[in-house]
Amino acid sequence: MNQLEILRFALRGLAANKLRSALTTLGILIGVAAVILLVAVGEGSSQSIQRNIQRLGSNTLTISPSFSGGGPGGGGQGSGPRTQARPLTLQDAKALTELPSVKSVSPVVNANAATAVHEGASHAVGQLVGTYPSYFEATNKQVASGTYFVNDDVRAARKVMVIGQTVAEELFGQANPIGRQLSVSGVPFTVVGVLKESGSSGMQDADDVAIAPLPAVQQSLTGFGSLGSIVVQATGATATESAQAEVTALLNQRHGVGATPDYRILNQAALQETVSAATGTFTVLLGAVAAISLLVGGIGITNIMLVTVTERTREIGIRKAIGAPRGAILGQFLMEATLLSLVGGLSGVLIAFLGTRFTIAGIEPVLVPSSVALALGVSIGIGLFFGSYPANRAAKLRPIQALRHE
Amino acid sequence: MSAPVLRVENLVKTYGEGDAQVRALRGVSLDVEHGDYVAIMGVSGSGKSTLMNILGCLDVPSEGRYLIDGTNVGSLDEHQLAVLRNRKIGFVFQSFNLIPRMSALANVELPLTYGGVGTAERRARALDALARVGLADRVHHDPNELSGGQQQRVAVARALVTAPALLLADEPTGNLDTMSTRDVLDIMDQLSESGRTIVIITHEDDVAAHAKRVIRLVDGEIVEDRRHAPVEGPPPRLASQTSAPLPGIGSGPPRGAGGDHDEEPASEVRAR
Repeated sequence: MNQLEILRFALRGLAANKLRSALTTLGILIGVAAVILLVAVGEGSSQSIQRNIQRLGSNTLTISPSFSGGGPGGGGQGSGPRTQARPLTLQDAKALTELPSVKSVSPVVNANAATAVHEGASHAVGQLVGTYPSYFEATNKQVASGTYFVNDDVRAARKVMVIGQTVAEELFGQANPIGRQLSVSGVPFTVVGVLKESGSSGMQDADDVAIAPLPAVQQSLTGFGSLGSIVVQATGATATESAQAEVTALLNQRHGVGATPDYRILNQAALQETVSAATGTFTVLLGAVAAISLLVGGIGITNIMLVTVTERTREIGIRKAIGAPRGAILGQFLMEATLLSLVGGLSGVLIAFLGTRFTIAGIEPVLVPSSVALALGVSIGIGLFFGSYPANRAAKLRPIQALRHE
Repeated sequence: MSAPVLRVENLVKTYGEGDAQVRALRGVSLDVEHGDYVAIMGVSGSGKSTLMNILGCLDVPSEGRYLIDGTNVGSLDEHQLAVLRNRKIGFVFQSFNLIPRMSALANVELPLTYGGVGTAERRARALDALARVGLADRVHHDPNELSGGQQQRVAVARALVTAPALLLADEPTGNLDTMSTRDVLDIMDQLSESGRTIVIITHEDDVAAHAKRVIRLVDGEIVEDRRHAPVEGPPPRLASQTSAPLPGIGSGPPRGAGGDHDEEPASEVRAR
């Protein structure tokens, strides 16, 4: 009695009730496909969030004053300073450039409610930033056409500007904005570059932005007061932690603070970790819901196998009477259950593979190989586990009782 | 004479407990020699089916010893019992008990499959057994495409394909019409003639008349044990036929060859 014979018996048994076998298989199919697909959707959304964060800049720390209560990079000019809290200054920024783990420092001012006008078209720029050229690299902003402004422009406080796609479209339409002038609060700026489209991240339109040299913005719009924030780029991915420590030490010393600093540091890497932990939980949740459906499919197998065993009790009796050993009966029914779950699992994987090629709810699913292996493994395990009870019952039947069964 | 194929010593089987206790067998002792053809007779409730189930190792006795070919069945574990059923015993049931949705050939091959015989040899032996019962032209038919008589002949083929030491038949003709009954009994006679040991259970005298030895069971006890023909030599019916002048096998149509009645299943009681 070899395995091949048992397999043949099992196949014959399944073929005897094709519709029932197919429906049972469907239960496992749905479970496996759901696990793989939902994990893929979770992974896809996680990756897209990660990409969005990456787009904000790599290896950067954003230092913002903490008395404003505004978000990172948000304007702090409007609200009154807390007692003894010192605002971030250009001198702070200059001091930070001396730190060993720091690659570049970009002081940033934000002009609030800046409305840009060009030949009658006007647009309220979401984010008008005055900064240094290093800001472009630190925040991962690249120009699609034209150029960046350079350090010379900063020193000379030239009124030049790099604008985002949204601003360009709103003010210039299809026309090429490079070299044209627009005015912000009556101050004319020359457009030198247009940023690449980066897509919206969350609620904010990342393309609704205009970037100009720091002194130019200070002169004409914000005044030479405190900075809105300072963007620090670390020398590498591994250096962000040490950069954060150095920045903290230096600022604490310069601002003379102890336990409660008057600034906040937003670490891009730390944010990324937090978000990936959150999306990881999300993925696990999705997987868990899908796993439940897999479990239900498994119970379906038990159910069908129990029915099968009851229905074929007489056949089991005949087989035993002509000398089928217990192992052969056990093997046959276990094999039937495992075949059901295996076929269901494999077709589930197939469906999932097809499903992940489509965009689901705006998310491009990303197939996680381990989830495929897990779902398949679990489905086979389910066949063995849920099939073992009915199979055991079949094998344990006394031949005389089985034969008398009608 | 060599050791008996079958030795039963003081077999007792009780069902239930207390007041509801039923003693199906009350101390049955019996030896069956190699080559014998034994009919066990008795009315319904006489315990003959219980005896049959114990002889076939399908059930275990409450008391007593039971030896097949010198092997004490009581000392065997479940797996050894399965092997014993497979190798030593061929079982023919009243209700045929073929496995549905499996061709006649596959049904006959089944014991060999469980016995671990290779595919080619299995097929050859199964075809040979089917030919012996005159069903060479029906090998690929499913049981539900065969008449009752044909089904029972497939069952006989299945029982003898492993060349068992003992062929047990539990009312093999109980569900058959007279023609089919004669077919099956003819096969039994020929098997007996070729030296096979057969134990058949029946309540019909016609059937018992084919046996060399008739045992009568009443209320779980043997009340009569009469020999009609010597253990060695042909069964009584065949013996009388060969002594009579030809037309040879005059008691029935030649097996399988022109069995037209087999194609009229409506006249027969079908299994399940």
